[in-house]
Amino acid sequence: METERNDRVGSAAGEVVRGFSSPGRPAWAIWAERAWEVLIRLCGVSAVIFVLAIFVFVFREAAPVLFSGRVRLGEFLTSVEWYPTSAVKVRYGALALIVGSFSVTLVAMVLAVPFGLGAAIFVSEFCSRKVRETLKIVIELLAAIPSVVWGFVGLTVISPLLVKYAGAPIGVNLLNGGLILALMSVPIIVSIGEDALKAVPDSYREAALALGATRWQVVWRVLLPAARNGLLAAVLLGVGRAVGETMAVLMATGHAVQIPHGLLDSVRTLTANIAAELGEAPTGSDHYRVLFLMGVLLFLITFAVNLAADLIVRGIRRR
Amino acid sequence: MMGRTGMSGGGQRRVQAGWAFFCLTAGLLGWAGCGPSASGPAVGPVKVIQNKGSDTMVNLAQAWAEAYRKVRPDVSVEVSGGGSGVGIAALMRGAVDIANSSRDLKPKELEEARAVTGKEVRVFVVGFDALAVYVHPSNPLEEITLEQLEEIYAEGGRITRWSDLGVQMPHPRYDRIIRVSRQSSSGTYEFFRERALRNRDFKLGSNDMNGSKEVVELVAATPGAIGYSGMGYATDRVKMLRVARKAGEPAYAPTLENTVTRRYPIARSLLMCVLGEPAGEVKAYLDWIRSDAGQRLVEENGFVPIPPSERTTSHGN
Repeated sequence: METERNDRVGSAAGEVVRGFSSPGRPAWAIWAERAWEVLIRLCGVSAVIFVLAIFVFVFREAAPVLFSGRVRLGEFLTSVEWYPTSAVKVRYGALALIVGSFSVTLVAMVLAVPFGLGAAIFVSEFCSRKVRETLKIVIELLAAIPSVVWGFVGLTVISPLLVKYAGAPIGVNLLNGGLILALMSVPIIVSIGEDALKAVPDSYREAALALGATRWQVVWRVLLPAARNGLLAAVLLGVGRAVGETMAVLMATGHAVQIPHGLLDSVRTLTANIAAELGEAPTGSDHYRVLFLMGVLLFLITFAVNLAADLIVRGIRRR
Repeated sequence: MMGRTGMSGGGQRRVQAGWAFFCLTAGLLGWAGCGPSASGPAVGPVKVIQNKGSDTMVNLAQAWAEAYRKVRPDVSVEVSGGGSGVGIAALMRGAVDIANSSRDLKPKELEEARAVTGKEVRVFVVGFDALAVYVHPSNPLEEITLEQLEEIYAEGGRITRWSDLGVQMPHPRYDRIIRVSRQSSSGTYEFFRERALRNRDFKLGSNDMNGSKEVVELVAATPGAIGYSGMGYATDRVKMLRVARKAGEPAYAPTLENTVTRRYPIARSLLMCVLGEPAGEVKAYLDWIRSDAGQRLVEENGFVPIPPSERTTSHGN
């Protein structure tokens, strides 16, 4: 035992010494290194493979209905008549659902962006270390709340408040969904926005203060322009969360197929509609395929948002 | 779970897990009918009956399963919801032994079952349900006709405000009728469409809830709302309307008596479906459900039990 161990230590030391002069490296070490390299390369490329695979799968499920002649893409995009299980005349018009998704996201962003960026600025620039640590912990906790709990809050807390104080005919509506999504997006906007502000070098702040700028002038004229890319990324990630959220909006928006005429009307989003109907649409039926077509649409929307963000960020960087 | 201790318990559990895995594989291969039913070879002491379907019946089915555990500790009934259509589809796949349905089976479904499995679907009436029409307690309306329901809910229907029905709401902002409905895959949705809308489509813009209870809760929270749901889901925070077939005919409240006598217009049977003639434990379970003991639970869950003359004689308890 004892001698064996000594031998092993001795030989290991010898390998290290020989390892420096590369021709003497043992074959297994070289192979192991190559294997690791390939593995890491695979990890890197896998994201691309997964995204492509998901798109191909979703599109493959949706495609037959596009070429079947029973569902026209034009009608799908421009008609509000969503009657997937009609006994008289089946119609697949998704316009109301598309408008629903966009309107809820818009309301959420109108509420969340000022709050989120304001909170990010406060946490990063204005508060003491102790307050900052507490705030950050609480905000991160907010981000960890499951979406079904948010939906429950919308249904049981916000809904009666809207009926009582906002005079809403019904408590589950566009405003309720927007509020819940805003609450869900704010933590993301705050954490990423704060990181962006923290990434601005202290020398900028010191230079501005030395020139006699007030704290507000430092924030408005120096920090916000300098951190613009990061802040935009924060907002767009918030948008991404809001567009893709399903469970909370399913519970809080009232799930009604209509184009909203005001903040207090109920709406239905694409995501909520897929969640509510896909489980019971017979596999391979037109209804099932149209729901996958909605998935393709959602995929394209998020792709467009990300692409736009990327282009904007690049444009800013070039200037 | 089985009240046994030591090595034997663990061993049995392992055997059961193996059996479950076998059945799963068999099911995937499309061997319909080889579910974990009692008619299969008996392995392990606890026999599992899989029961799935109607959301309307899920609470009742759960209550039956729990009560049956006391009657027959060696049989375990696993209940899940999903909708009547989902249950029937699962029955055809061989994934469940009994499908619950709160609507009659469509001829297409019966045909498909015959084509896929080579067996007839046997349907048992296990109770009745009346769909109550709910409004907020502050709504002065007391009764409604099927024609009015159609005008309120159906596509192109002209009634959009409570004042159209001659009802003065306590506050003018509640005058617009908020239509609460169900998701389009639910048996309740199809049943209401068939009975009240004469199969016309629903007006767009209704709030489509994903459960019977959610409908009642939303109506309770919304002064201008009207909704339909099983009468078993009534609470003291909503009001049930009396329903008449036509204007001028008497309106009936959704009560046990009015349902069994079929005077109440929006009533239906609750069904349990099996593939082929039921045998073994599945048959014993269905017999128990249709006995006095099982029917007591129907009443306790707010549904209407089958008349005593159609019950099976109770045995096993």
